Amino acid sequence: MVPVSWYVILSAVVFGIGVIGVLTRRNMLIVLMSIELIFNAANINLVAFSHYLQSLNGQVFVFFVITVAAAEAAIGLAILVCLFRNKETVEVDDVSIMKG
Amino acid sequence: MMLQAIFLYFAAVIVGSSFMVIVMRNPVHSVLWLLLMFFHVAGLFVLVQAEFLAAVQIIVYAGAILVLYLFVIMLLNVEKERMRRAAHTGWLFYALIGLLVLIELCVLIGRSHFNGTVGPFTVERVATEGNSQLIGQVLYTDFLFPFEIASVILLVAMVGAIVLAKKKLLR
Repeated sequence: MVPVSWYVILSAVVFGIGVIGVLTRRNMLIVLMSIELIFNAANINLVAFSHYLQSLNGQVFVFFVITVAAAEAAIGLAILVCLFRNKETVEVDDVSIMKG
Repeated sequence: MMLQAIFLYFAAVIVGSSFMVIVMRNPVHSVLWLLLMFFHVAGLFVLVQAEFLAAVQIIVYAGAILVLYLFVIMLLNVEKERMRRAAHTGWLFYALIGLLVLIELCVLIGRSHFNGTVGPFTVERVATEGNSQLIGQVLYTDFLFPFEIASVILLVAMVGAIVLAKKKLLR
C-alpha cells in the first residue's frame, strides 16, 4: 500500500515545477504548458484522496478540472494566435503596454 | 512492495519530464515531454483504481489539448523564437521564489495528518461494480448541476475561441 503522503508530496513537487515555469519562462506557450502541469498536480491530489477516503467525489472533480483545462487551453491559445497576429510575438516581456 | 516500486517509477518519470517541460528551449520538445508526463499521470490513476479518469486523461489531454498546442506551434513561427533568450532576465530570483513555495508546501505536508470520514466506495465495491459505472452514477445524481455548468463553460470556450481566432469581419 502506497501511503497517501507520497502522492501529496509528488503533487507538491509537480506544482512547484509548474510555478517555477510560469514565473521564469518568457515564451507564452511554455507558460500555458506550466499551467497544465499545475492542473495535473491538483488532479493527482484529488484522485489520491478520493481513493484513500473511498469516495468518488474527488474523481468527479477531476473530471470538471479536465473540462476547465480544455476550455482554458482553447481560449489561451486563441488569445495567443490573436496576439501573434497583432504584435508578431509570443513573449510575455513584449506585451507590457498595460504596465504603465 | 511491488506497488511502491511502480509508484516510484511513475513519480520519477513525472517529476523528470515536468522538469524537462520547463527547461526545453523548443516548444515542440516541451509538448513531447508533456505528453510523456500525461501518460505517466494516467498510469498513476490506474494505480489508484481510477480507470475512467486514466482513459479521459489520455483521450482529452494527450489526444485533444496537446494536439491543439502542436497546431498553434506549427501556426506560429517557432524558428525565430529559438534565437532569443528563453527565460526572463532575473530568472534565478523567480525560480528561487518558486522553490520557496515548494519547500513551504513540503514542510506543511510533513507536519499535517491525513484522515477524514471514509465514504461508501470501498476498493472491493469499485472492483466489482466498475469505476466508470460508479462515476456515472455519482456524476448524474449528486453532481448533475455542476455537470450542466461544465457544458456551458465548454460552449462559452468554443464561442470565445472562434470569435478570438477569427479574422476581422468585413465592416
